[in-house]
Amino acid sequence: MRPNRAPLLLDEVDRRLLNDFQRDFPLTERPYAAVAERLGVDEAEILRRLERLSSAGAVSRVGPVLRPQRVGASTLAAMAVPAERLAEVAELVNTFSEVNHNYEREHRFNLWFVLTAADEERLAEVIEEIEGRTGIEVLDLPMLAEFHIDLGFPLQWT
Amino acid sequence: MDMKTNDSPAIADPIDAALLAAVQGGLPLSPRPYAVIADALDLEESEVLVRLARLTDSGTIKRFGVVVRHQELGYCANAMVVWALPEERVGEVGRRLGSLPFVTLSYRRPRRLPDWPYNLFTMIHGRDRAAVLALVEEAKDRCGLQGVECAVLFSGQRFKQRGARYVAPSVDTPPLGVAGSRCPGPRLALSR
Repeated sequence: MRPNRAPLLLDEVDRRLLNDFQRDFPLTERPYAAVAERLGVDEAEILRRLERLSSAGAVSRVGPVLRPQRVGASTLAAMAVPAERLAEVAELVNTFSEVNHNYEREHRFNLWFVLTAADEERLAEVIEEIEGRTGIEVLDLPMLAEFHIDLGFPLQWT
Repeated sequence: MDMKTNDSPAIADPIDAALLAAVQGGLPLSPRPYAVIADALDLEESEVLVRLARLTDSGTIKRFGVVVRHQELGYCANAMVVWALPEERVGEVGRRLGSLPFVTLSYRRPRRLPDWPYNLFTMIHGRDRAAVLALVEEAKDRCGLQGVECAVLFSGQRFKQRGARYVAPSVDTPPLGVAGSRCPGPRLALSR
Protein backbone atom coordinates (compact mmCIF):
# COMPACT_ATOMS: atom_id res chain seq x y z
CA MET A 1 0.00 0.00 0.00
CA ARG A 2 1.32 3.40 -0.95
CA PRO A 3 0.19 6.04 1.50
CA ASN A 4 -0.67 9.60 0.50
CA ARG A 5 -0.67 8.94 -3.18
CA ALA A 6 -2.53 11.00 -5.71
CA PRO A 7 -6.22 10.32 -6.29
CA LEU A 8 -6.95 7.39 -8.52
CA LEU A 9 -8.51 8.74 -11.70
CA LEU A 10 -11.08 6.49 -13.30
CA ASP A 11 -12.49 7.06 -16.74
CA GLU A 12 -15.48 5.36 -18.32
CA VAL A 13 -13.45 2.39 -19.57
CA ASP A 14 -11.97 1.83 -16.09
CA ARG A 15 -15.39 1.99 -14.54
CA ARG A 16 -16.83 -0.55 -16.92
CA LEU A 17 -13.79 -2.75 -16.50
CA LEU A 18 -14.29 -2.70 -12.72
CA ASN A 19 -18.04 -3.17 -12.75
CA ASP A 20 -18.95 -5.33 -15.73
CA PHE A 21 -16.43 -8.15 -15.42
CA GLN A 22 -16.76 -9.24 -11.81
CA ARG A 23 -18.30 -12.50 -12.96
CA ASP A 24 -18.39 -14.57 -16.13
CA PHE A 25 -14.87 -13.48 -17.07
CA PRO A 26 -14.22 -14.97 -20.52
CA LEU A 27 -12.94 -18.55 -20.39
CA THR A 28 -11.33 -18.32 -23.81
CA GLU A 29 -7.75 -18.39 -25.01
CA ARG A 30 -7.52 -14.58 -25.20
CA PRO A 31 -9.83 -13.36 -22.41
CA TYR A 32 -8.37 -9.85 -22.25
CA ALA A 33 -8.90 -9.47 -25.99
CA ALA A 34 -12.55 -10.47 -25.50
CA VAL A 35 -12.92 -7.86 -22.75
CA ALA A 36 -11.17 -5.29 -24.94
CA GLU A 37 -13.57 -5.92 -27.77
CA ARG A 38 -16.57 -5.31 -25.52
CA LEU A 39 -15.07 -2.06 -24.28
CA GLY A 40 -13.97 -0.87 -27.69
CA VAL A 41 -10.24 -0.74 -26.96
CA ASP A 42 -7.38 -3.12 -27.69
CA GLU A 43 -5.99 -6.00 -25.66
CA ALA A 44 -2.76 -4.25 -24.71
CA GLU A 45 -4.74 -1.35 -23.28
CA ILE A 46 -6.86 -3.66 -21.11
CA LEU A 47 -3.68 -5.27 -19.75
CA ARG A 48 -2.20 -1.82 -19.03
CA ARG A 49 -5.36 -0.68 -17.27
CA LEU A 50 -5.54 -3.82 -15.13
CA GLU A 51 -1.87 -3.38 -14.19
CA ARG A 52 -2.57 0.18 -13.14
CA LEU A 53 -5.76 -0.62 -11.21
CA SER A 54 -3.98 -3.50 -9.48
CA SER A 55 -0.97 -1.48 -8.46
CA ALA A 56 -3.29 1.29 -7.23
CA GLY A 57 -5.05 -1.29 -5.04
CA ALA A 58 -8.49 -0.95 -6.67
CA VAL A 59 -8.28 -4.45 -8.12
CA SER A 60 -7.27 -7.32 -5.90
CA ARG A 61 -7.00 -9.79 -8.79
CA VAL A 62 -8.71 -11.22 -11.82
CA GLY A 63 -9.63 -14.68 -10.69
CA PRO A 64 -11.97 -16.90 -8.75
CA VAL A 65 -13.92 -16.24 -5.59
CA LEU A 66 -14.14 -19.65 -3.98
CA ARG A 67 -16.78 -21.17 -1.81
CA PRO A 68 -15.32 -21.72 1.64
CA GLN A 69 -13.79 -25.15 2.08
CA ARG A 70 -14.87 -27.04 5.11
CA VAL A 71 -11.79 -28.03 7.06
CA GLY A 72 -12.29 -28.44 10.75
CA ALA A 73 -14.69 -26.28 12.73
CA SER A 74 -15.36 -22.57 12.90
CA THR A 75 -17.66 -20.13 14.59
CA LEU A 76 -18.37 -16.44 15.03
CA ALA A 77 -18.00 -15.27 18.62
CA ALA A 78 -19.16 -12.10 20.36
CA MET A 79 -18.50 -10.54 23.74
CA ALA A 80 -20.03 -7.60 25.59
CA VAL A 81 -16.89 -5.96 26.97
CA PRO A 82 -16.92 -2.88 29.22
CA ALA A 83 -15.42 -0.02 27.21
CA GLU A 84 -12.47 0.44 29.54
CA ARG A 85 -11.46 -3.22 29.12
CA LEU A 86 -11.92 -3.48 25.36
CA ALA A 87 -8.25 -3.09 24.36
CA GLU A 88 -7.07 -5.52 27.03
CA VAL A 89 -9.66 -8.18 26.15
CA ALA A 90 -9.08 -7.76 22.41
CA GLU A 91 -5.38 -8.30 22.99
CA LEU A 92 -6.00 -11.44 24.99
CA VAL A 93 -8.34 -12.80 22.31
CA ASN A 94 -5.68 -12.09 19.65
CA THR A 95 -3.15 -14.29 21.43
CA PHE A 96 -5.07 -17.39 20.33
CA SER A 97 -3.90 -18.69 16.97
CA GLU A 98 -7.47 -19.92 16.38
CA VAL A 99 -8.65 -16.29 16.07
CA ASN A 100 -8.54 -14.79 12.60
CA HIS A 101 -10.75 -11.74 12.39
CA ASN A 102 -11.26 -9.65 15.49
CA TYR A 103 -13.26 -6.43 15.26
CA GLU A 104 -14.89 -3.85 17.41
CA ARG A 105 -18.53 -3.26 16.51
CA GLU A 106 -20.90 -0.59 17.75
CA HIS A 107 -23.25 -2.52 20.00
CA ARG A 108 -23.46 -3.79 23.57
CA PHE A 109 -21.80 -6.87 22.07
CA ASN A 110 -18.80 -4.86 20.95
CA LEU A 111 -16.08 -7.46 20.27
CA TRP A 112 -16.55 -9.89 17.38
CA PHE A 113 -14.11 -12.54 16.24
CA VAL A 114 -13.96 -15.65 14.10
CA LEU A 115 -12.53 -18.87 15.51
CA THR A 116 -11.30 -21.76 13.38
CA ALA A 117 -9.89 -24.97 14.80
CA ALA A 118 -9.35 -28.59 13.90
CA ASP A 119 -12.53 -29.69 15.65
CA GLU A 120 -15.46 -28.62 17.82
CA GLU A 121 -13.70 -29.73 21.01
CA ARG A 122 -10.84 -27.30 20.46
CA LEU A 123 -13.30 -24.49 19.69
CA ALA A 124 -15.10 -25.18 22.97
CA GLU A 125 -11.78 -25.18 24.86
CA VAL A 126 -10.75 -21.81 23.43
CA ILE A 127 -14.12 -20.28 24.27
CA GLU A 128 -13.96 -21.63 27.78
CA GLU A 129 -10.45 -20.33 28.27
CA ILE A 130 -11.38 -16.84 27.02
CA GLU A 131 -14.38 -16.82 29.36
CA GLY A 132 -12.26 -18.02 32.26
CA ARG A 133 -9.52 -15.47 31.75
CA THR A 134 -11.82 -12.50 31.17
CA GLY A 135 -14.84 -13.35 33.30
CA ILE A 136 -17.00 -12.36 30.31
CA GLU A 137 -19.40 -14.68 28.57
CA VAL A 138 -18.69 -15.54 24.90
CA LEU A 139 -21.64 -15.91 22.51
CA ASP A 140 -20.98 -18.85 20.21
CA LEU A 141 -22.74 -18.24 16.86
CA PRO A 142 -21.78 -20.92 14.32
CA MET A 143 -23.01 -20.62 10.75
CA LEU A 144 -26.02 -22.85 10.15
CA ALA A 145 -26.71 -21.95 6.52
CA GLU A 146 -25.39 -19.58 3.87
CA PHE A 147 -27.87 -17.84 1.58
CA HIS A 148 -25.77 -15.32 -0.29
CA ILE A 149 -25.18 -15.78 -3.98
CA ASP A 150 -22.07 -13.87 -4.95
CA LEU A 151 -22.72 -11.98 -8.17
CA GLY A 152 -20.02 -9.42 -7.60
CA PHE A 153 -20.42 -5.95 -6.15
CA PRO A 154 -22.16 -3.27 -8.21
CA LEU A 155 -20.20 -0.02 -8.10
CA GLN A 156 -21.95 3.32 -8.18
CA TRP A 157 -19.95 6.26 -9.35
CA THR A 158 -22.07 9.22 -8.41
CA MET B 1 -30.60 -21.22 -7.38
CA ASP B 2 -29.77 -23.72 -4.72
CA MET B 3 -29.32 -22.86 -1.10
CA LYS B 4 -25.97 -23.76 0.31
CA THR B 5 -26.67 -25.32 3.64
CA ASN B 6 -23.02 -25.70 4.47
CA ASP B 7 -19.51 -25.29 3.23
CA SER B 8 -18.34 -27.58 0.50
CA PRO B 9 -16.08 -30.52 1.25
CA ALA B 10 -12.42 -30.14 0.42
CA ILE B 11 -11.61 -30.40 -3.29
CA ALA B 12 -11.36 -34.13 -4.08
CA ASP B 13 -9.74 -34.06 -7.52
CA PRO B 14 -6.01 -33.34 -7.17
CA ILE B 15 -5.80 -31.61 -10.55
CA ASP B 16 -8.72 -29.33 -9.64
CA ALA B 17 -7.03 -28.59 -6.31
CA ALA B 18 -3.74 -27.73 -8.04
CA LEU B 19 -5.57 -25.60 -10.60
CA LEU B 20 -7.45 -23.65 -7.93
CA ALA B 21 -4.23 -23.12 -6.00
CA ALA B 22 -2.62 -21.81 -9.18
CA VAL B 23 -5.40 -19.34 -10.09
CA GLN B 24 -6.56 -18.20 -6.66
CA GLY B 25 -4.00 -15.41 -6.55
CA GLY B 26 -5.20 -14.12 -9.92
CA LEU B 27 -4.60 -14.72 -13.59
CA PRO B 28 -1.33 -13.48 -15.08
CA LEU B 29 -1.80 -10.20 -16.93
CA SER B 30 -0.56 -11.52 -20.23
CA PRO B 31 -2.46 -12.27 -23.45
CA ARG B 32 -2.81 -16.04 -22.90
CA PRO B 33 -3.21 -16.32 -19.11
CA TYR B 34 -4.78 -19.78 -19.16
CA ALA B 35 -1.90 -21.10 -21.25
CA VAL B 36 0.56 -19.79 -18.65
CA ILE B 37 -1.36 -21.59 -15.90
CA ALA B 38 -1.57 -24.73 -18.04
CA ASP B 39 2.19 -24.74 -18.66
CA ALA B 40 2.90 -24.45 -14.96
CA LEU B 41 0.69 -27.46 -14.23
CA ASP B 42 1.70 -29.47 -17.28
CA LEU B 43 -1.85 -29.41 -18.63
CA GLU B 44 -3.34 -28.40 -21.96
CA GLU B 45 -4.82 -24.89 -22.09
CA SER B 46 -8.12 -26.41 -23.25
CA GLU B 47 -8.25 -28.63 -20.16
CA VAL B 48 -7.71 -25.62 -17.89
CA LEU B 49 -10.62 -23.85 -19.58
CA VAL B 50 -12.91 -26.89 -19.29
CA ARG B 51 -12.04 -27.47 -15.65
CA LEU B 52 -12.54 -23.82 -14.67
CA ALA B 53 -15.94 -23.82 -16.41
CA ARG B 54 -16.92 -26.99 -14.58
CA LEU B 55 -15.77 -25.66 -11.20
CA THR B 56 -17.84 -22.53 -11.82
CA ASP B 57 -20.92 -24.50 -12.86
CA SER B 58 -20.67 -26.71 -9.80
CA GLY B 59 -20.42 -23.71 -7.47
CA THR B 60 -16.94 -24.45 -6.13
CA ILE B 61 -16.02 -21.17 -7.81
CA LYS B 62 -18.74 -18.72 -6.76
CA ARG B 63 -17.72 -16.29 -9.46
CA PHE B 64 -14.75 -15.73 -11.73
CA GLY B 65 -13.71 -12.23 -12.68
CA VAL B 66 -12.40 -8.88 -11.49
CA VAL B 67 -12.23 -8.81 -7.69
CA VAL B 68 -12.32 -5.20 -6.51
CA ARG B 69 -11.27 -3.75 -3.17
CA HIS B 70 -14.31 -1.90 -1.89
CA GLN B 71 -12.39 0.44 0.34
CA GLU B 72 -9.97 1.57 -2.33
CA LEU B 73 -12.99 2.49 -4.44
CA GLY B 74 -14.51 4.58 -1.69
CA TYR B 75 -16.87 2.07 -0.06
CA CYS B 76 -15.64 2.92 3.40
CA ALA B 77 -18.52 1.94 5.66
CA ASN B 78 -19.76 -1.50 6.42
CA ALA B 79 -22.24 -2.81 8.90
CA MET B 80 -23.25 -6.21 10.09
CA VAL B 81 -27.03 -6.06 10.01
CA VAL B 82 -28.76 -8.73 12.08
CA TRP B 83 -32.43 -9.72 12.00
CA ALA B 84 -34.68 -11.51 14.49
CA LEU B 85 -36.99 -13.66 12.40
CA PRO B 86 -39.43 -16.47 13.11
CA GLU B 87 -37.51 -19.68 12.36
CA GLU B 88 -39.79 -20.55 9.46
CA ARG B 89 -39.02 -17.28 7.68
CA VAL B 90 -35.22 -17.33 7.98
CA GLY B 91 -34.58 -19.30 4.80
CA GLU B 92 -36.86 -17.27 2.58
CA VAL B 93 -35.73 -13.89 3.94
CA GLY B 94 -32.08 -14.99 3.95
CA ARG B 95 -32.25 -15.83 0.27
CA ARG B 96 -34.04 -12.59 -0.61
CA LEU B 97 -31.59 -10.43 1.33
CA GLY B 98 -28.66 -12.45 -0.01
CA SER B 99 -29.73 -11.72 -3.57
CA LEU B 100 -29.69 -7.91 -3.10
CA PRO B 101 -26.67 -6.42 -4.84
CA PHE B 102 -25.42 -4.46 -1.85
CA VAL B 103 -25.65 -7.38 0.58
CA THR B 104 -22.37 -9.30 0.58
CA LEU B 105 -23.08 -12.01 3.16
CA SER B 106 -26.25 -13.69 4.40
CA TYR B 107 -25.94 -16.37 7.09
CA ARG B 108 -28.27 -18.16 9.43
CA ARG B 109 -26.85 -18.44 12.94
CA PRO B 110 -28.49 -19.51 16.22
CA ARG B 111 -30.15 -17.01 18.54
CA ARG B 112 -28.91 -16.94 22.12
CA LEU B 113 -31.77 -15.79 24.28
CA PRO B 114 -32.18 -13.66 26.24
CA ASP B 115 -29.06 -11.75 25.14
CA TRP B 116 -29.16 -12.26 21.42
CA PRO B 117 -32.46 -12.63 19.57
CA TYR B 118 -31.03 -12.36 16.04
CA ASN B 119 -30.81 -15.39 13.76
CA LEU B 120 -30.02 -13.92 10.33
CA PHE B 121 -26.72 -12.09 9.73
CA THR B 122 -26.08 -9.90 6.70
CA MET B 123 -23.25 -7.56 5.69
CA ILE B 124 -23.98 -4.29 3.92
CA HIS B 125 -21.35 -2.01 2.35
CA GLY B 126 -21.76 1.64 1.41
CA ARG B 127 -19.75 4.78 0.79
CA ASP B 128 -20.53 6.12 4.25
CA ARG B 129 -22.73 5.48 7.26
CA ALA B 130 -25.70 7.36 5.85
CA ALA B 131 -25.51 5.29 2.66
CA VAL B 132 -25.44 2.06 4.65
CA LEU B 133 -28.46 3.14 6.72
CA ALA B 134 -30.36 4.03 3.54
CA LEU B 135 -29.57 0.59 2.14
CA VAL B 136 -30.85 -1.04 5.33
CA GLU B 137 -34.16 0.78 4.80
CA GLU B 138 -34.20 -0.28 1.15
CA ALA B 139 -33.59 -3.89 2.21
CA LYS B 140 -36.51 -3.69 4.64
CA ASP B 141 -38.81 -2.33 1.95
CA ARG B 142 -37.79 -4.87 -0.65
CA CYS B 143 -38.01 -7.89 1.64
CA GLY B 144 -41.05 -7.01 3.71
CA LEU B 145 -39.06 -6.52 6.90
CA GLN B 146 -40.60 -3.28 8.21
CA GLY B 147 -41.66 -4.46 11.72
CA VAL B 148 -38.91 -7.02 12.10
CA GLU B 149 -36.51 -6.39 14.95
CA CYS B 150 -33.02 -5.69 13.61
CA ALA B 151 -29.74 -4.14 14.69
CA VAL B 152 -27.06 -2.35 12.66
CA LEU B 153 -23.53 -2.96 13.95
CA PHE B 154 -21.04 -0.63 12.29
CA SER B 155 -17.43 -1.72 12.48
CA GLY B 156 -15.00 0.12 14.70
CA GLN B 157 -11.38 -0.76 15.37
CA ARG B 158 -9.87 -3.77 13.69
CA PHE B 159 -7.81 -5.78 16.14
CA LYS B 160 -6.86 -8.63 13.82
CA GLN B 161 -7.53 -9.62 10.25
CA ARG B 162 -6.00 -12.69 8.77
CA GLY B 163 -7.31 -15.05 6.12
CA ALA B 164 -8.98 -18.11 7.59
CA ARG B 165 -6.71 -21.08 7.25
CA TYR B 166 -8.38 -23.35 4.79
CA VAL B 167 -6.43 -26.17 3.25
CA ALA B 168 -7.05 -25.16 -0.28
CA PRO B 169 -7.51 -21.65 -1.33
CA SER B 170 -8.46 -18.85 0.96
CA VAL B 171 -11.76 -17.10 0.56
CA ASP B 172 -12.09 -13.46 -0.14
CA THR B 173 -15.11 -12.54 1.92
CA PRO B 174 -14.08 -12.08 5.53
CA PRO B 175 -16.99 -12.99 7.79
CA LEU B 176 -16.87 -9.71 9.61
CA GLY B 177 -16.29 -7.44 6.66
CA VAL B 178 -13.45 -4.98 6.55
CA ALA B 179 -12.65 -2.34 9.07
CA GLY B 180 -12.79 1.36 8.40
CA SER B 181 -9.24 2.00 9.48
CA ARG B 182 -7.79 1.16 6.08
CA CYS B 183 -10.12 3.42 4.19
CA PRO B 184 -8.17 5.68 1.88
CA GLY B 185 -10.64 8.54 2.09
CA PRO B 186 -11.36 10.77 -0.84
CA ARG B 187 -8.61 9.62 -3.16
CA LEU B 188 -10.96 8.47 -5.88
CA ALA B 189 -11.70 10.82 -8.71
CA LEU B 190 -13.74 10.35 -11.83
CA SER B 191 -12.80 11.79 -15.16
CA ARG B 192 -14.79 12.04 -18.33
